[in-house]
Amino acid sequence: MLTRRIIPCLDVKNGRNVRGVKFSADVDAGDPVELAARYDREGADELVFYDITASAEGRDIMGDLVERVASEVFIPLTVGGGLRNADDMYAMLRRGAEKVSINSAAHRDPDLIRIGADRFGSQCIVLSIDAQLRNDRAAPWWEVVLDGGRTPTGLDAIEVAQRGVELGAGEIVMNSIDADGTRAGYDLDQLRAVCDAVPVPVVASGGAGSIEHIRQALVEGRAHAALAASIFHFKMISIERVKRELVAAGLPMRMDPFETVAVSGQPVRHSREGGNPGRA
Amino acid sequence: MIAVVDYGAGNLHSVERALRHVGAEITVTHDASEIGDATGVVLPGVGAAADTMRGLDRAGVVPAILDAIDAGVPYLGICMGLQVLYEASDEDGGTACLGVVPGRVVRFPPSQHVPHMGWNQVRQQVESPLFAGIPQDANFYFVHSYHAPVDGAAHVAATTDYSVTFTSALLRDNVFATQFHPEKSGAAGLRLYANFARLAGQHHPRDDASP
Repeated sequence: MLTRRIIPCLDVKNGRNVRGVKFSADVDAGDPVELAARYDREGADELVFYDITASAEGRDIMGDLVERVASEVFIPLTVGGGLRNADDMYAMLRRGAEKVSINSAAHRDPDLIRIGADRFGSQCIVLSIDAQLRNDRAAPWWEVVLDGGRTPTGLDAIEVAQRGVELGAGEIVMNSIDADGTRAGYDLDQLRAVCDAVPVPVVASGGAGSIEHIRQALVEGRAHAALAASIFHFKMISIERVKRELVAAGLPMRMDPFETVAVSGQPVRHSREGGNPGRA
Repeated sequence: MIAVVDYGAGNLHSVERALRHVGAEITVTHDASEIGDATGVVLPGVGAAADTMRGLDRAGVVPAILDAIDAGVPYLGICMGLQVLYEASDEDGGTACLGVVPGRVVRFPPSQHVPHMGWNQVRQQVESPLFAGIPQDANFYFVHSYHAPVDGAAHVAATTDYSVTFTSALLRDNVFATQFHPEKSGAAGLRLYANFARLAGQHHPRDDASP
């Protein structure tokens, strides 16, 4: 049985991990490579890196970073932020990313999804959607917004998700701009709506503040995976504890961390921050 | 020295990094004599069957790989490096493969989402030094749309369930292969690479009696 996934997200600006309430004041939350290694030790199932500068210079820094992380951390890496064409995607995949996440560029030019999926396969292409709740119609709906909520598009997020999958997106990250950074819980209605509408895995994003929130996203929201940033960065909750409690709640989770052993039989890595007691 | 076969596979560098990380001595090559001298051969792979077979043919490495397998050199195939060991794959309208083991690779039924992507449990069906230290039902990372059936075949080393039960690892004599990606499977995957490298280190070229 496929396990549900816990995915820490690292927002990267000029090679440093930053985090605040999204798209406003940023707090330096450390070296991304060290954080990535820590998350791996704690049992993260995947890592997402967002370049929040999204400039050409930022993409170069991101490429270096991905390569450094990929030399130390052997779980799938997803890179997003500022990828505008297939060559940008290829540069990240070549340097060690497993998947690329596209957001604004895909909403401005949906053909980018098709081009990426044709060239690299659907499993590489993640469509990330930032959406905000609207109550201006008979029924509530979610509008796709760009630039962190500053640019409304008039597009219905559920329709955009469906269209994205038709074009070749292999996974959807649904980020609630209303919930993002609040630590008050994921937008469960939004998650249910998108999970029911598309056949591909949906990753819940925005609003995680507790283990219960993550459980709700995976059970009531029906998401395949939960993404969170600040609760992990600031060690409010360890990934290991999240997964232990979700297993107790009946969710399938990957729970087999143990020491990495080298050819010599000696343990390798897990050396920073006092190491890992090593469970078999 | 382990030869990691370079024929343009997308996961070549990840496989290379993982092997180096566990301290394996490797060379990344498509040179037949280097593959011939190796004490272990690793065939990475990702993507489609026809592309993979074309890449192998174009690199001219097929005879060297088959010779190494015949000579008893430990072989490790990853993902497409498992699938191409079979006689054929249904992918790309039918693709002839290397025929090292009998059988045909088929697509997953549409009852579940394809590709099968994510962490899934690997149930070891045989005892093997390649699984040393890896718990039963450990999770490994998969990304694939086609799979090798089980069909009671003697070479099934591990199975995984995803709408059907398929061969997630294969073992026949010196030939080992995984459908999952150990290079993306955290500590469990690195352990598998270390196990393989240790096995390759015990092999002496042109000594067919070694394991």
